[in-house]
Amino acid sequence: MKESMRESIAKIAKRLNTGRAPYIVSGVLIVVGTLLVYMSPRSILAFLVFATSGAMVYFLKMNKTVKLALAVFIAVILVPILGARNIFYLEVIFQIAVFAALALGLNIVVGFSGILNLGYVAFYAVGAYLWGFFGSQQAFLLHEIPGTAPLNTPFLMAPEWFYIFVFLGIIVAAFVGLILGLPVLRVRGDYLAIVTLGFGEVVRQLVNNLDKPLNLTNGPQGITPIQRPPMPKGLVDAFNSMVSPLVGNQVTESQFYNIVFYFIALVVVILAIIVTARLDDSKIGRAWTAIREDELAASAMGIPANKMKLVAFAVGASFAGGMGVIFAASRTFVSPDSFNFMQSIGVLTMVILGGIGSIPGVIIGAAVVIILNLQVLQSFSLYLTQLRQSEAVIPIINFAWKNLSTQLDPAKYQRLLFGLILVLMMIYRPAGLLPAARRKRELKGNAENDALKASKDAAKEKSNG
Amino acid sequence: MAENENLLVTTNVVKRFGGLTAVNKMNFNIERGRIFSIIGPNGAGKTTFFNTISGIYRADEGSIEFKGKQIGKMSPDRITAQRIARTFQNIRLFSSMTVVENIMIGSHTVLKQTPLEILLRLRRFKDEEKKAELKAEELMEYVGVHGMGNELACNLPYGAQRRVEIARALAAQPELLLLDEPTAGMNPNESEDALLLFQRLRDDLGIAILLIEHDMRVVMKVSERITVMDYGEKIAEGLPKEIAANPKVIEAYLGRGAASGLST
Repeated sequence: MKESMRESIAKIAKRLNTGRAPYIVSGVLIVVGTLLVYMSPRSILAFLVFATSGAMVYFLKMNKTVKLALAVFIAVILVPILGARNIFYLEVIFQIAVFAALALGLNIVVGFSGILNLGYVAFYAVGAYLWGFFGSQQAFLLHEIPGTAPLNTPFLMAPEWFYIFVFLGIIVAAFVGLILGLPVLRVRGDYLAIVTLGFGEVVRQLVNNLDKPLNLTNGPQGITPIQRPPMPKGLVDAFNSMVSPLVGNQVTESQFYNIVFYFIALVVVILAIIVTARLDDSKIGRAWTAIREDELAASAMGIPANKMKLVAFAVGASFAGGMGVIFAASRTFVSPDSFNFMQSIGVLTMVILGGIGSIPGVIIGAAVVIILNLQVLQSFSLYLTQLRQSEAVIPIINFAWKNLSTQLDPAKYQRLLFGLILVLMMIYRPAGLLPAARRKRELKGNAENDALKASKDAAKEKSNG
Repeated sequence: MAENENLLVTTNVVKRFGGLTAVNKMNFNIERGRIFSIIGPNGAGKTTFFNTISGIYRADEGSIEFKGKQIGKMSPDRITAQRIARTFQNIRLFSSMTVVENIMIGSHTVLKQTPLEILLRLRRFKDEEKKAELKAEELMEYVGVHGMGNELACNLPYGAQRRVEIARALAAQPELLLLDEPTAGMNPNESEDALLLFQRLRDDLGIAILLIEHDMRVVMKVSERITVMDYGEKIAEGLPKEIAANPKVIEAYLGRGAASGLST
């Protein structure tokens, strides 16, 4: 029964993926998703349909140019317009992009080279505090007690520097990765995981306590305000005059920043994907996989294991550093709380959920976790609150919703849910939602083999017939 | 390339593990283009000696010289870059990678790819990748596993895995190839094929081969010289015939019955 169901599903999937069908499917999905989001901008179901249409553009079998055109159309035109109608979607997509880049970076370390890093978020903190310090007034408050900034303190740098600091964040985090990696990579396996966990906490405690003797980080209060990149005057108005007839509302300047940061994060994610994919398919990527599989054999094949592991550490860290700068600017605020151990675990969850070592996998992982977190759980909470305010009762047991304890708020059960997801994944899909697959190469030996097989099959059929 | 040039010279190599001296004062040299075997009972220190040469262990005393260069203090990857490649007693392929990728890993020290070339996909990177891929295919054909390039290494039958491991070592363009029990677990037909392969490696490619082997038939047939180890020391060295007749070796390793069987 189960088998036949699985077979029929596979058959439908195959039919949808051949010939002209995928074009129709993705086209219909995009139109329906867009209309749904347009008509009910607050419904998560509508947003999920829209997100699926984006994913389908990647997964369905279509002409490469068509795929690219559709992706650009969705990312550059549809998302900003729909985002202008409900700015919260842009926040969700921005967070997906930020965490997708983090997950890609961690994937290089954990997925490709097999180094379990439980303190990855430290590099994110490095980037965030880099712009947090240089992009704020903090440099003039070194001798002030936290929270007593005098009025009219100037900013250290002009906001234009933000763009340079994105690259600086990448470089500085890579450098910190190298420095941390040198002592850390001397230990292996479980010990390595514990040491990286320690390093993650060390960085958090550092930023927490570096308000004395010199007030570098403003301690637990965090640094604010941090400058955002400058926007050309009139850009918001131009956007509004073009888009507001379509969406029916105007965006304010601070809402427009959501669109700006969405595009910045998108560019960084695309760069991260390209870098990851290209490194993976090269001498360096093969060396990483070899080290993960069998370090001794790898070094006997001439791979300098420690050096390659350091490279993995640095490259992984660099993605987090760049995104840290963007994060700090988008929030205009950084504090040590954003970089706790749960964040590292969160990124690791995305990698494991999506598929260790698989690039599309970890991006899907990031999307699933963020959507669950920001939308699904929140809207359950909202629904529950509504029920609590009504006179409704739970049928059969006759229990009034309003007597339900507030402790049962779904948004509070995020960690329980992640735990459950991870346990279930480990049992049913240990390789993740989209497991990593080795690339098949076009080899001439294979062609011969296939031809041989084909002729054998033909001969067999003949003798059977 | 002079015929009788010494390729690898070890002098008084000692390796201890705590109180146990696993390799004791090994003096040993191997010439270019020769097949040389090390035999000895279990626990005689053969594999330890191998690991010391390939840099996985560091010798406590003595010197190891390859092409006139001291390699005793180098790390395994640098030794491989000097053109010494090896296989393992228990096959150590990268099991979740395909056969082609496994062999391409062997080319690591040969491939010249800088990070910039990789990220920008420059012409030279593409050429190098293609070259490595073609080389891997050529080696697959050479060792007799062609057409299996896209299979995962762990899905191959045992004999084929052994061959892939040899191909992977060959991709490093070695001048000296260390084979640790390459015919272990093979049936007589397979080990016969393996023998032919070793001879071809020496004759076609001029590679010197150092062999650890238990299968006496293989050892006697293929090697030009044999060293016998027992309790970490060299107890005899010579031509196969001399070794087979050496009473010390018979005592330590072959046993009387086996020795008489060989001499008839």
